[in-house]
Amino acid sequence: MDFLNAIVAFSNYVLVPGAAYGAQLALGALGVTLIYGILRFSNFAHGDTMAFGTAMTIIITNGLLALGITFGPLPTALLALPFGIAATCLLVLFTDKLVYKFYRKQKAAPVILVIVSMGVMFIMNGVVRFVIGVRDIRFTDGERFIISARTFKEMTGLKEGLAIKTTQGITVVVAIFVVVVLFWFLNKTRTGKSMRAFSDNEDLALLSGINPEKVVMVTWMIVAALATTAGVLYGLDKSFKAFTYFQLLLPIFASAIVGGLGNPLGAIAGGFVIAFSEVTITYAFKKVLVYLMPDSLEPTGLVQLLSTDYKFAVSFTILIIVLLFKPTGLFKGKSV
Amino acid sequence: MKNLLMATTAITMMSGAAFAEEVKIGVILGFTGPLESITPAMGAGAELAMAEVSASGALLDGSTVTSIRGDSTCIDAGAATTAAERLVTADKVNAIMGADCSGVTGAILANVALANGIVMISPSATSPGLSTAEDNGLFFRTAPSDARQGVIITNILQDRGVNEVALTYTNNDYGKGLADAFQASFEAAGGTVTISAAHEDGKADYSAEVGALASAGGEVLVVAGYVDQGGSGVIRAALDTGAFDTFYVPDGMVGKKLNENFGAELNGSYGAYPGTDNAGSGMFVELAAAAGFDGTGAFAPESYDAAALIMLAMQAAGSSASADFKDHVMDVANAPGEQIMPGELAKGLAILAAGGEIDYVGASAVELIGAGESAGNYQEIEFADGVYSTIGYR
Repeated sequence: MDFLNAIVAFSNYVLVPGAAYGAQLALGALGVTLIYGILRFSNFAHGDTMAFGTAMTIIITNGLLALGITFGPLPTALLALPFGIAATCLLVLFTDKLVYKFYRKQKAAPVILVIVSMGVMFIMNGVVRFVIGVRDIRFTDGERFIISARTFKEMTGLKEGLAIKTTQGITVVVAIFVVVVLFWFLNKTRTGKSMRAFSDNEDLALLSGINPEKVVMVTWMIVAALATTAGVLYGLDKSFKAFTYFQLLLPIFASAIVGGLGNPLGAIAGGFVIAFSEVTITYAFKKVLVYLMPDSLEPTGLVQLLSTDYKFAVSFTILIIVLLFKPTGLFKGKSV
Repeated sequence: MKNLLMATTAITMMSGAAFAEEVKIGVILGFTGPLESITPAMGAGAELAMAEVSASGALLDGSTVTSIRGDSTCIDAGAATTAAERLVTADKVNAIMGADCSGVTGAILANVALANGIVMISPSATSPGLSTAEDNGLFFRTAPSDARQGVIITNILQDRGVNEVALTYTNNDYGKGLADAFQASFEAAGGTVTISAAHEDGKADYSAEVGALASAGGEVLVVAGYVDQGGSGVIRAALDTGAFDTFYVPDGMVGKKLNENFGAELNGSYGAYPGTDNAGSGMFVELAAAAGFDGTGAFAPESYDAAALIMLAMQAAGSSASADFKDHVMDVANAPGEQIMPGELAKGLAILAAGGEIDYVGASAVELIGAGESAGNYQEIEFADGVYSTIGYR
C-alpha cells in the first residue's frame, strides 16, 4: 500500500504535469526546428506566433459559445482550432511575403534573419496585445478532470490522490497524433520528401526541380499549425496571457537545441528532457520517501536537490553541457 | 494691537509669497506590468483628489493641480527611474504620488527623489526595507509596512487554529519582504513554516513549485504573489493536483480576478488587504462611483489619500516646493486638528489657510507613524459561494 502511495504521489506531482508540459514544449520546439532545418534561421517570433494563433482560437471559441455550440465534455477551443490555424497560416504567409522573402532573395546571412525575426516578434507581440489585450484569459470549458484527486482517493482508498486533467490528457493525445501525422508527411509524401531534400542540400534540391517557393510555403503552413496547436494546448492547460507566451520562447529554444536543431525527433525528446529536468531535479522527494522508507529512516528534511528558484538554471545547465560536449544536440541536428 | 499687526503682516507676507500657479504632481504607477489591472483605479483615485482641489480654488491662492502620469512597470527599476527622471527634470513636477511596487519605489527614491529633493508618497509600496531607507524626510507611504502585515497574517491564521503552513512568494522585493516578515512573526508566535519557496512571475509552468510545496505540506498555503501573475498560476496548479484546498491571500493577491479565475474552488480560503471600516472609505466609494471608477479596488483609497496629503502639506507650508512642505506631511496627517474626510479637501485647505490645524483621515483612515508610513488597518476577507467578501477589520 505504501509503495502504491509513493507511486501515486510521484505521478501526481512529477509524471503527469511533466508529461503534459513536455508535450507542449515538444510541439513548440518542432515548429522552431522545422524553420531552422528548412528555412535556416532561428525564428524568435515563434512564441508570439503561438500567442497569435491562440488569440484567434479564443475569439472563435467565444463566437462558437455565443452561438450555443459546445464540444460536449471536451473544450470548445478544439473545435475552433482549425479556424485558428487557418488565421495563423494567413498571418505567417503574409509575414513571409512582406518580410522574409526579401531577405531570402538577398541570400542574407542567418544572423540577419534572426534579427529580422526579432523585429517580427515585437510587431506580432503588439498585434496580439492590441487584438485581445494583456489580461490573463481562461478559455477552458467542458469536463475539467478525467479523474480528480478526490475521486481517485475515494475510488482506491489510498492516502495520496492522482489528478489527471482533461487538458493534460488532450495535450498528450493531440501531441502524439500531430507527431505521427508530421512524420508520415515528411517521410511518405512527395511534398514532405522535397522538403527534406531542400533541408539536406538546397542546391541539389533546386537542380532536381524542386520548387523552393512551394517548400517555403508548405513549411510555414505546417509551422503555423504546430504553433497554434501548441499554443492552444498550453493555454487550455494553464491560461492565456500574451506575456507568458513570449516567455515560453526560452524553454522552447532550449528544447530544440538540446534535441538537435533541425531534427524533429530531437525536438520531441528535447521538450521532455527540459520539462522533466525542471520538475524532477527541484522536486522535494520527502512525500515519496515517507512511504518507501521504514519509520526509523523517515526523512526530516525536504530531500530536495535544488530549491525551485534554480529550475531555470537546471534546464540551461543541461543546454550548456549538451552544447559543450555534443554541439549538434542529443540527436544529430545541425550545430548552432 | 501690536500682536494683531504682526499677525496681519505675517499673513500678508505669506500670501504674497504664494501666488496662483500650476502645481504639477507626478503619478507614477505600473500602468503596464504585473499590477496593470489595479493601477487604473489607483491613478483615477489620485487624480480625483487633484480635480477636487483644483475645482475648489483654495490651494495656495487658487493654484490648479495637474497630474502627469508615468509608467513604473512595477518590475523594471531602470524603466521606472527613467520615467521619474523625465517627470522631475522635463515636466518639473512638484511632488510624486507613487510608485506602486516596492522595488521600483526604492529605485526612484534613491536615484531621482533624493537627488532632486522631491517628496514621494507611495500608496502601495509595502516592503519593510523602505522603513529604514535613506530618504532625507522626503518619503512617505499611505500603505503600511509588510512587517505589520506579517503580524496580521499570523493573527488571522492562529485565530483559526492554523499552526503549520507552506509559503510561496513572488521573487521580488515585495514578495521576499512580506514572506520574511510573515515567517519571522509566525515562528515567533509558535507556528511552523514548512517551506518558503519563491516563484517567478510570468513563467510557463508551476508544477515544480507546487510539487515542492505539496511535499513540505501544511494546513494552508500562503501565496504572497500577484493576482495577475504567478500567484494565480500557483493556486491553479495546487488546486488541480489537490495539493492544497485552503489558501491565504495577502494584499497583492486580493482582486476581482480571483473570483473570475477560481470562483467556488476557493471557498473556505481567506486573506486580508488594507482597508478600514471608517466612514471615509464609504464616502470615497461614492465619490469614485460619481467619477466613474471603482473605489473598492485595492490601493485606490490610499492613492487618493497620498495625493491629498501632498496638496494639504503644500497648503500648510504655503509653498509648493518639496523642500518647504516635506516637514508638514506628518502634521496634516495626524492629530491634533479638525478631522478631514474624503470630499472635504476644500474645507481642510481653508482651515490651513487660516492658520488652523487638521487631522487628515481620508479614505483609508490615515495615521502616519515611524518613518512616515501608515499604521495599517486591514480588512479580513473570506471566500464563500465563489466570491470574497469582507468579514471583519483588524
